[in-house]
Amino acid sequence: MSQPFAKLPAWADYGLIPLVNLIVAFLVAGLVVLLVGENPLQAAVLMVKGAFGSGQGIGYTLYYATNFIFTGLCVAVAFHCGLFNIGGEGQAYLGGLGVSLVCLAVGNLLPWWLTFPLAILGAALAGALWALIPAWLQARRGSHIVITTIMFNFIAASLMVYLLVGVLKPAASQAPETAVFGPGGQLPQLGWLLQMFGLKVRSAPFNVSFLLALLSAFLVWVLIWRTRLGYEIRTLGLSPRAADYAGISQTKIIIITMMISGALAGMMALNPIMGAQHRMQLDFVSGAGFVGIAVALMGRSHPLGIVLAAILFGMLYQGGAEIAFDMPNISRDMIVIIQGLVILFAGALEHMFRPALQRLFGRIAGSALRAAPVTTGESH
Amino acid sequence: MDAYVTLIQLLDSTIRLSVPLLFACLAGLYSERSGIFDIGLEGKMLAGAFAAGTAAYLTDSAMAGLLAAVLVSVLLGLVHGFASITHRGNQIVSGVAINFIAAGTTVILGQAWFRQGGRTPSLPAAARFGDLQLPGAEALRDVPVIGYIYSELISGHSILVYLAFLMVPFTWWVLQRTRFGLRLRAVGENPAAVDTAGISVPWLRYRAVICCGILCGLAGSYLAQAQGAGFVKDMTAGKGYIALAALIFAKWRPVNAMFACLLFGFLDALAIRMQGHPLPLIGEVPVQFMQALPYVLTVVLLAGFIGKAIPPRAGGVPYVKER
Repeated sequence: MSQPFAKLPAWADYGLIPLVNLIVAFLVAGLVVLLVGENPLQAAVLMVKGAFGSGQGIGYTLYYATNFIFTGLCVAVAFHCGLFNIGGEGQAYLGGLGVSLVCLAVGNLLPWWLTFPLAILGAALAGALWALIPAWLQARRGSHIVITTIMFNFIAASLMVYLLVGVLKPAASQAPETAVFGPGGQLPQLGWLLQMFGLKVRSAPFNVSFLLALLSAFLVWVLIWRTRLGYEIRTLGLSPRAADYAGISQTKIIIITMMISGALAGMMALNPIMGAQHRMQLDFVSGAGFVGIAVALMGRSHPLGIVLAAILFGMLYQGGAEIAFDMPNISRDMIVIIQGLVILFAGALEHMFRPALQRLFGRIAGSALRAAPVTTGESH
Repeated sequence: MDAYVTLIQLLDSTIRLSVPLLFACLAGLYSERSGIFDIGLEGKMLAGAFAAGTAAYLTDSAMAGLLAAVLVSVLLGLVHGFASITHRGNQIVSGVAINFIAAGTTVILGQAWFRQGGRTPSLPAAARFGDLQLPGAEALRDVPVIGYIYSELISGHSILVYLAFLMVPFTWWVLQRTRFGLRLRAVGENPAAVDTAGISVPWLRYRAVICCGILCGLAGSYLAQAQGAGFVKDMTAGKGYIALAALIFAKWRPVNAMFACLLFGFLDALAIRMQGHPLPLIGEVPVQFMQALPYVLTVVLLAGFIGKAIPPRAGGVPYVKER
């Protein structure tokens, strides 16, 4: 027989393995930095400094993190149901349409605290509807959700370009973007929150939607682990056959899960559109939907993990922008590499280091057994 | 006569635009027929194009560019294989990872090495695959109807175009008439049966992934060395996903794959040509609509409204040998 595989303790399973995967991903990213002739350690220091060294840096870091919390939750909810929603990008893009329509309609009439709930509704609804068709196709026609959501990303991109260069663009404007929203369509900044800690935020667009993101993370936790629907989602994700025997309707759960997932992605649009730009610009999602995949994998689909992973990616985004000043060879595209490596090592190669760690733990446990006076003779 | 010329020119650009799709589609066909889903066609193509642009520029040799493209693409394919065959990771996650790694690395390295905003320097003629004139193309040009088709549509493409279309019958032959092909198809449907016959499932799948890498490399080389003159940032622009769509459209068959790619290439060519030309009755069709059409068609197909596309049965499932 091979060596006895010890079951890993929970802290190793949920802490050590992701950490090892993450470290390997960053080591490989460091190799790329070396390849372009810069010092990886120095790059890391610059990055952390750029992200957390100033109040403005922290503001931007949390601003980006807000996007990634939403998209990370979007991917994670679908993961729990055994679905891989690559369509976060398109769903977020459509979410922007929902936000913009609400803000353009009532931005000049209502105060922000009345517009905000409507905009949340608009964003969530638009995102959910964009996820509905792939969900229905998966549930009823068996079309693979990965392929359909990818296709819907492209369709969303074409649709939004069409709308932004045509219908939504104010006649006087040249740029493909909507008109600037009225004061009711602009979310208050959260700079004062950081100022309480003595930080100067300056122009960082850190805003109220961050709090909404945290609330959403909590609600997703409640949904997945504390409600009947969450139980059914997880059952279906772990074993479709068991779910079938338990009388859980696959069609219903798949469609509901995907709509929740799409709604979360759609709500991401609140942050850049209502919180920062106060108008919808072409390609405002700029990959946040895809970052969500890495965030969900790294956070192991747990809301707490997702918030932490989102802050890490927010740091990479902000730090990556700062780093470009000191190291011209490194641009923000470095993040795309890191993102890919995190997806590779924390996702696809998730179990690469597990056998080695299990052997290690088995050996430690084994030697502990031998050291202690054990009554049973068959330790090996 | 004018409409005729327009039509032939439209078909000519259809062929040019469908070649990268065809290479990538056939690449995906090898991989997916063996049971390994590959979302990473896009990334492999992109990395291949970058390698082709870089190597061809540095060596001034078209062949060197092509070999570099194939090499890099195969290496990425092996990463995919390592994750999804050896470590039984999620194939889709792995493919997505490869796309990001390729998208980021090509820009970072391109900017660091050449400082032209992520593109490689434009290639001289010697480092590209130029258009070939088939024998008699000039002489036959004036023969009515057929002469123009021969000289404009069939002749005058780069060698990679002919290679791409030759790969179609070749792939059919490999899959249907060779031992390797039979086993490849078997391992995608029922790996346990292949294993029982004493054939290594991982080795077979690795070979399929390598075939996939080679073809994606050729697609990349075509983009950078035949269609364009050098690598441009994000030059695949979703072609890998269209190829994936074409593969599903073709129901994982080589000859169908060619027609699917030609169809998507035609839509692309039509979209370019129709820009600013209003149609009778309908008026001007928005270019975005034409761009979205391949994706819409694929979704409609996937929904089972135009026949049913049934993927290889073991696709996406890592093989675990029973103990």
